[in-house]
Amino acid sequence: MLRFIATRFARALVTIVMVVTFAFVVLRLSGDPALLIMSVDAPPEAIAAFRQAWGLDEPLWQQYLKYFGAIVQGDLGRSMRDGRDAIVLVTERIPATLALTLPALAIKLGIGIPAGVYAALHRNSLTDRLVMTTAVLGFTVPSFVLGLLLVLVFAVQLGWLPSGGQGTWRHAILPVITLGVGGAAVLARFTRSAMLEVLGQPYIRTASAKGVPWRLVVRGHALPNAAIPTVTIVGFMVGSLIAGAVVVESVFSWPGVGRLLVVAVANRDLAVVQCILLLVAATMVTSNLVVDLLYGALDPRLRQMRAGGAH
Amino acid sequence: MSLVSIRGLAVAFDGVAALRGVDIDIPRGGALGMVGESGCGKSVTWLAALGLLPSRARVTGSVMLDGQELLAAPAPALDRVRGGRIAMIFQDPASSLNPVHRLGKQVAEALRMHRGMAGAAARAEAKRLFDQVGIPDAARRLDAYPHELSGGQNQRVMIAMALAGQPELLVADEPTTALDVTIQAQILHLLNRLRRETGMALVLISHDLGVVSETCEDVAVMYAGRIVEQATADALFAAPTHPYTQGLLAALPPIDGPRRRLAAIPGGVPEPWAMPRGCAFAPRCAHRHGHCDAEAPAHHPVAQQHSAACVLATRELVAA
Repeated sequence: MLRFIATRFARALVTIVMVVTFAFVVLRLSGDPALLIMSVDAPPEAIAAFRQAWGLDEPLWQQYLKYFGAIVQGDLGRSMRDGRDAIVLVTERIPATLALTLPALAIKLGIGIPAGVYAALHRNSLTDRLVMTTAVLGFTVPSFVLGLLLVLVFAVQLGWLPSGGQGTWRHAILPVITLGVGGAAVLARFTRSAMLEVLGQPYIRTASAKGVPWRLVVRGHALPNAAIPTVTIVGFMVGSLIAGAVVVESVFSWPGVGRLLVVAVANRDLAVVQCILLLVAATMVTSNLVVDLLYGALDPRLRQMRAGGAH
Repeated sequence: MSLVSIRGLAVAFDGVAALRGVDIDIPRGGALGMVGESGCGKSVTWLAALGLLPSRARVTGSVMLDGQELLAAPAPALDRVRGGRIAMIFQDPASSLNPVHRLGKQVAEALRMHRGMAGAAARAEAKRLFDQVGIPDAARRLDAYPHELSGGQNQRVMIAMALAGQPELLVADEPTTALDVTIQAQILHLLNRLRRETGMALVLISHDLGVVSETCEDVAVMYAGRIVEQATADALFAAPTHPYTQGLLAALPPIDGPRRRLAAIPGGVPEPWAMPRGCAFAPRCAHRHGHCDAEAPAHHPVAQQHSAACVLATRELVAA
């Protein structure tokens, strides 16, 4: 088991290094920060001085080695725009993003999973069809469309809620709903099919045949098995807590990590973009790792296979 | 009075008949073997009786347990019957056990449902049941998961779980089909021994006449959703009356005597949605004549405790 965790951890590190490297190279090949930040009309000497100050005049591989050396020591660089540490800039935005993504996650789980379970238990009923039709709508409509639609109805027409910005909890309602709907729809569909798969298994019939009331068959026999595939999707959702709101934050001008990313990319603020990508990769990889460990907790077959591999 | 009395049991899936009127009586402590090829309705009969079919199945007729009608029974009453008075085990033991729960817990669940046992008492009883069905190292196996045991051992666990509710009838649905031949024999011996020890009745569903005749005093032969012949095992082997039963017996290899080519029954079972109006076996029958296509033959007595749903049965009766 320890060896399993160790290999998984090593693999996670490799993934993060690859993401960081890729971001580093692509960012540097796709535009000159000096020109963007200093503006094209700046005197050539000023631009040259800027490049020298940020080490942009060095060969790419040298920049990369320096950058990597700094990361290892915990230094994620400074913003080219205001000179502050990138990590500070990013972390001060995290609470705002979590203020949207955490309630949205609660909506996804709280609506998606029960709706999927209910639909599966009442397969082909009117409610099932209704839930599934809503779900298809929910995840086919892109979030910016849904966001704008909500703004149109609840902010512009009805005037019940603010259309954007951050201030009171009322500002968060529309973006949270926009974020939550799509995920809830995906989760509902996924949970339904996982449940249907499990409900068709012989061991469900066995449980009924030994006199277990249906409600307990569902709770004790069907749900624990259906949870195994569902955990994967939930893991992805947890992994995207930091970076999952880029579009929605832009639509609602919400000052979170997502908007910082959009602005930083537009400005080629290299350290900030890299810092965000590193953070995103780290959360995604961590939640994947947790999902893998959860699989083991949920499925004894897997647990044993891993234990066997560790001998 | 019979323990279980089934009358005119019929099942249709989406309007297509799978079971077309089945009558069965199981006396207390009796053993009935039900044979027939796959799809003939032998499993469906008992799944329907216990309300275990999916909701799209339309079940009609009557299933009486000690005078209690099961088909109309409310869910809590049915839950007490299932596992408590009539237990059922299935063909594929590995997938019939929940993969994420320990075996002891799965047996203890039945003990809790039907005997109100929990904790250490349930565990001790589960261990006793494991011992009773011949699971070696029972105490350790309680903590094992289904995937850690062989098919034969898992079937023993299924049987232990079925015994947990001290049922009056055990319905074994092809309990040995998925197992090796040597294990098959062990499981059949086990079922025989448990019947003697507990006095419970047994229904053994199988496509294998040999398996059934070893274990059961009575045999019902099913074809296309109906029982076509019912008799004691001895009578059935000695004087099969229905041409389908005769065909089945002719298809068995003789254990002694010269080697011969096994006789196959020509043709195939009619599809459920294209059932002939008369006798379902008529299209494959060597003795077919005019009457057979007119209407489905009723059961005619052939001898004491021996009946067949075939016009031949009436003729033999007349001849006798």
